[in-house]
Amino acid sequence: MNIVVFIKQVVATTNVKLDPETGTMIRDGVECILNPFDEYAVEEALRIKEKMGGKVTVVTMGPPQAKEIIRKTIGMGVDEGILISDRALAGSDTWATAYTLSQVLKKIGDYQLVITGKQAVDGDTAQVGPEVAACEGLPMIAWVRKIEEISETSIRAERLMEDGYDVLESPLPALISVVKEINEPRLESLRGKMKAKKYEPKVWGVADMPGFDVAQVGLKGSPTKVFKTFTPKRQYKGEMIAGDAAQAAATLVGKIKEMNIV
Amino acid sequence: MNYFLTEEQQMIVDTARELALTKIKPIREKYDEEGIFPWDIVKEMSGADMMGLYIPEEYGGLGGGVFELCLAVEELSKICGGISLAMAATALGTFPILLFGSEEQKKQYLPDIAAGKKLAAFGLTEANAGSDVGNMTTTAVRAGDEYVLNGTKQWITNGGEAETYTIIAMTNKAKGTRGATAFIVEKGTPGFEFGKKENKMGIRASATRELIFTNCRVPAKNILSKEGMGFIVAVNTLNNSRPGVAAQALGIAAGALDEAVNYSRQRVQFDQPISSIQAVQHMLANMATEVEASRALIYAAARTIDAGEKSFAKISAMSKLFASEVAMRVTTDAVQVMGGYGYMKEYPVEKMMRDAKITQIYEGTSQIQRNEIALQLIKEAAKAAK
Amino acid sequence: MNTDDYKNVWIYAEQRAGKLSTVSYELLGAGRKLADDLGQQLVAILLGSNMRAAADELIAYGADKVYYMDSPALEKFADEPYARVLTDLVKEHKPAIVLAGATAIGRSFIPRVAAELRTGMTADCTGLDIDPEKKILLGTRPAYGGNIMATIICEEKRPQMATVRHKVMKPLEKDDSRKGEVMEKSIVESELTIRAKVVDIIKEMEDTCNIAEADIIVTGGRGVGCKENFALVHDLAAAIGGAVGASRAVVDAGWVPYSHQVGQTGKTVCPKIYFALGVSGAIQHLAGMQSSDVIIAVNNNPDAEIFKVATYGIVGNLNEVVPEMIKQLKNGA
Repeated sequence: MNIVVFIKQVVATTNVKLDPETGTMIRDGVECILNPFDEYAVEEALRIKEKMGGKVTVVTMGPPQAKEIIRKTIGMGVDEGILISDRALAGSDTWATAYTLSQVLKKIGDYQLVITGKQAVDGDTAQVGPEVAACEGLPMIAWVRKIEEISETSIRAERLMEDGYDVLESPLPALISVVKEINEPRLESLRGKMKAKKYEPKVWGVADMPGFDVAQVGLKGSPTKVFKTFTPKRQYKGEMIAGDAAQAAATLVGKIKEMNIV
Repeated sequence: MNYFLTEEQQMIVDTARELALTKIKPIREKYDEEGIFPWDIVKEMSGADMMGLYIPEEYGGLGGGVFELCLAVEELSKICGGISLAMAATALGTFPILLFGSEEQKKQYLPDIAAGKKLAAFGLTEANAGSDVGNMTTTAVRAGDEYVLNGTKQWITNGGEAETYTIIAMTNKAKGTRGATAFIVEKGTPGFEFGKKENKMGIRASATRELIFTNCRVPAKNILSKEGMGFIVAVNTLNNSRPGVAAQALGIAAGALDEAVNYSRQRVQFDQPISSIQAVQHMLANMATEVEASRALIYAAARTIDAGEKSFAKISAMSKLFASEVAMRVTTDAVQVMGGYGYMKEYPVEKMMRDAKITQIYEGTSQIQRNEIALQLIKEAAKAAK
Repeated sequence: MNTDDYKNVWIYAEQRAGKLSTVSYELLGAGRKLADDLGQQLVAILLGSNMRAAADELIAYGADKVYYMDSPALEKFADEPYARVLTDLVKEHKPAIVLAGATAIGRSFIPRVAAELRTGMTADCTGLDIDPEKKILLGTRPAYGGNIMATIICEEKRPQMATVRHKVMKPLEKDDSRKGEVMEKSIVESELTIRAKVVDIIKEMEDTCNIAEADIIVTGGRGVGCKENFALVHDLAAAIGGAVGASRAVVDAGWVPYSHQVGQTGKTVCPKIYFALGVSGAIQHLAGMQSSDVIIAVNNNPDAEIFKVATYGIVGNLNEVVPEMIKQLKNGA
């Protein structure tokens, strides 16, 4: 079973700040990490490989620094990493990214399963996975919390819904997106880290993908644009309720009753 | 402080730290409370290649030494000194094989230990033979190609959980300390059973049990070194393993120091964080100084051993004595800095204080360490006087 | 593409097990305003089986028109037929805007539709407006775990698509006198081939216990102390008629299943009242709950971050405060 996992380098969200002058994100000195949801995707791919054999390839689109997250996955046990990096891709939105990744899949050719994390924690869109599935005409199972069965030709998986879960069956190849509940990602092993240190991922530009239509990507090819960004202003009129436990509880319950919700 | 770690050593520290924070921290309180043996964490450690740090590469390890072991044990113990013991006590049980095993024994036992498939344990202590090892009553009597073991080992860390045990038993009581022999005994050998799991004050996520031998037949090929060498095996094992206990103590102390410092910056009293109160500052300063001194001594001891220095019994004992005493003081002070919160189970320092105590007791009490240090001192002086 | 050819605001009326989801009513509320701003119609799209009555309900809640596609193959949500049917409808009728709930269903198949149509979409909006000059949709959404708000536009492609966060938009009052048109559309059977098939649906919680739907959520964090103490959280939830939420630490410790986790790696919730009991208020947790209407925090640490977003805060031992609250709530009833 050959598995492709899409991963993304993101800034650690706790550190994000906007420059009050320009409204753009301050990137200096901000720590970059592997998107946490992608760790579950990589882990699941490794588990399937351990069971069924085959190969796990990670693909990321980003600047040369994104090699670091590929190395992290190599440390976890991934076989191969491909960095998609090209100036033509700068400013791509989710559609343009999905188009690019679908071209990557075409070039890879021999795969049975594509796994993505539920969403990236920077944009939080959860869009690229379904859009890649659309571009490649793949069946998709989103929000997978458990793979019940998998063979070379089919998968049976549980899709997390708000009120429970759905069980779906699909032929392969297919694309699945996974949620945190699916597994607990392993750490990079010491041997893996040593291997990863020396590992050089493949780097593909748009020219490396036959038939790539540059008009579909970059700022120009992206249907959506960021109109503006701003720091949310929240006006909390927080009120601290004093008194011992009984008094405080009584005051609070009084306020709750005034709201007429309960 | 810069201890000039190699890239590989730094990787060990980083990996152990990540493992401790992501895997151990969320469950340490529960495992302590309920006395759960951390098999899931052992699996994580194995997956991260941590179980074979000190085992040569030809036996599936990473080829490090006592220092690498200490680095990992320190980091893990910062978060939980009980869980880290699954690894540290395995090292204690493995040292006899590493130091005295034949090539065949090494090939048979070390790869599974290095891969984390099997844990090890060391069986020396008995009910009436703690520090007074000469009083040991477990016997091994030769019967053809086998030895028949009878007796009970007490308070054995990893007891019942480990697969591979190194046991010291008397083969010739009349010869005293020269009548002891070291054996490798595997779990499942007929006549080898375990007592109940002990209910302990601290390190509650580790398993401590009796090893009970009743006409337990062990093949003669399982002898480490040769008959009569048991005490030499034991003494050398302890000399090699004491920096590991010291590193456990260091980790516990360093973890408590971190908690105390962080708390002091958040806790506001008299309209200021208590970290700006000099009485608190001085406590923290003393704690930090002692922790750093302890670290320097342990690293020096471990590096001395790994460098192949012949005589290291003294510095090994010193590292364990000093680090365990520091751990007790620092964890007690951490509870003090945190006041009522520190005493509560919601905060980790009361556990650290309970965990610290054992480091002054096992693998030779602080008093025994002083005996050892004094003995070596006097020997050295006598030698110099010649 | 001539964007002027595209008119009207569509909402995808989500249903599960033949019952309209609450987000569908919220979308009608939000869509009504956009349609009025544009001077265009509000159209609801309903895919399901034997749901004709629900179509009338959509009119009563604000739709001018309902396209209702009835087929057993559409009874249960599956990405491919849903996406194909909606894509074809869009191609036929050319709406300017298509909205759907940012739910498990909406976030799964709506991007697929957008990609099929090769148009832009904005996920998980918490604000929707029409630009007064350009008459385009301004979709505002949180990013970076709520640290940044971004307004996204899609100027040159149509339709403009967006999913909308549950519980943020307000539904209209039901008005049975409203007039509207329900059009049952025929379906080409071949459109309905499904590869990823639903073979089983397991409902694990009732709506009242489902944190995504609940109006009141009682969340416990590490400060609750231990698994046994977590009964207090359940007790308060029961007393006040709310759902039980949990912080990441509590889920990781195994006290509560993941389906209850609130926060960036769990669910984003927006109830009317959110109780944070022993929750310190890590930024990842705040990202999942800070748009709640009223936030009530109980924590023994007066410096806990959660108090910075709390509407009401009590510094104290929750083991004392919460039982008192339960007692008071029961007394008043």
